Amino acid sequence: MSDALKIALGRRYRFSASHRLHSSRLSEEENYRVFGKCNNPHGHGHNYVVEVSVSGDVDPSTGMIANLADLDAFVERQVLEEFDHKSLNEDVPAFLDKVPTTENLCIEVYRRLKSFPHAKLERIRVQETGNNSFEYVGDNLEGDRS
Amino acid sequence: MVLLTRKIEFAASHLYHNPNLSAAENRRIFGKCNNPHGHGHNYTLEVTVEGEPDPVTGMVLDLKALKEILEREIMQRMDHRHLNYEVAELAGKIPTCENIATVIWQLLEPKITQGRLHRVRLYESPDLFADCYRDGANGAVKS
Repeated sequence: MSDALKIALGRRYRFSASHRLHSSRLSEEENYRVFGKCNNPHGHGHNYVVEVSVSGDVDPSTGMIANLADLDAFVERQVLEEFDHKSLNEDVPAFLDKVPTTENLCIEVYRRLKSFPHAKLERIRVQETGNNSFEYVGDNLEGDRS
Repeated sequence: MVLLTRKIEFAASHLYHNPNLSAAENRRIFGKCNNPHGHGHNYTLEVTVEGEPDPVTGMVLDLKALKEILEREIMQRMDHRHLNYEVAELAGKIPTCENIATVIWQLLEPKITQGRLHRVRLYESPDLFADCYRDGANGAVKS
């Protein structure tokens, strides 16, 4: 029972964006078969919730892993400014040739936040709607994920 | 292994202030959380216990027992209290989500003897929380 404890801080952010699920490697029929109404040529949108978890030592003088103001500013600059009220397909370079599923969105958000200088990025969870969410832990998958 | 999670809520006040720092530094680091008269939150605590279901009862642990542990160890200690002044385990610590979650882990871990404590998640608001878990367990909870 003397395992080392890990403390992670979780913070939720929101943005709204449109997307269209469409692969240039598939025919029109295949796109419609695979993506269904998400393949509608004019796209559609979601209110996304991004949950960011960072871990690290708790600084005894502040009681914090990282100052929330620093995390908020970093997420704002790296993700929200470029995603909020945008078209993921057309406004985010990573999705010019990649289908903007929430799986790929998780990976892209992780990639953009991995360099947070004040704590270690543990996990990104993106909720596309109240009924589905996706998680990406990068190469943090050591140990038991249960 | 099965994970079982119970949720409780408590209301408490706190403030962030480090007496070793100047007034200006306290304000810079802690912002409005440094207000000398404090402020409060409705905290939500999720306690996750891991284990195998008992073949006779089908339970990882008796939820009534867990409820009593949470009532005695957490609710009586923290609900409607000022975390800076009334919770001995937090004395001398800044009562951030990180530190409160760690204290809650330390209080609960020895008391949970059926199954084993897997994770403590403490929400200060719906958008801010801290997780405490064993290093390597990655905080994963199947939902």
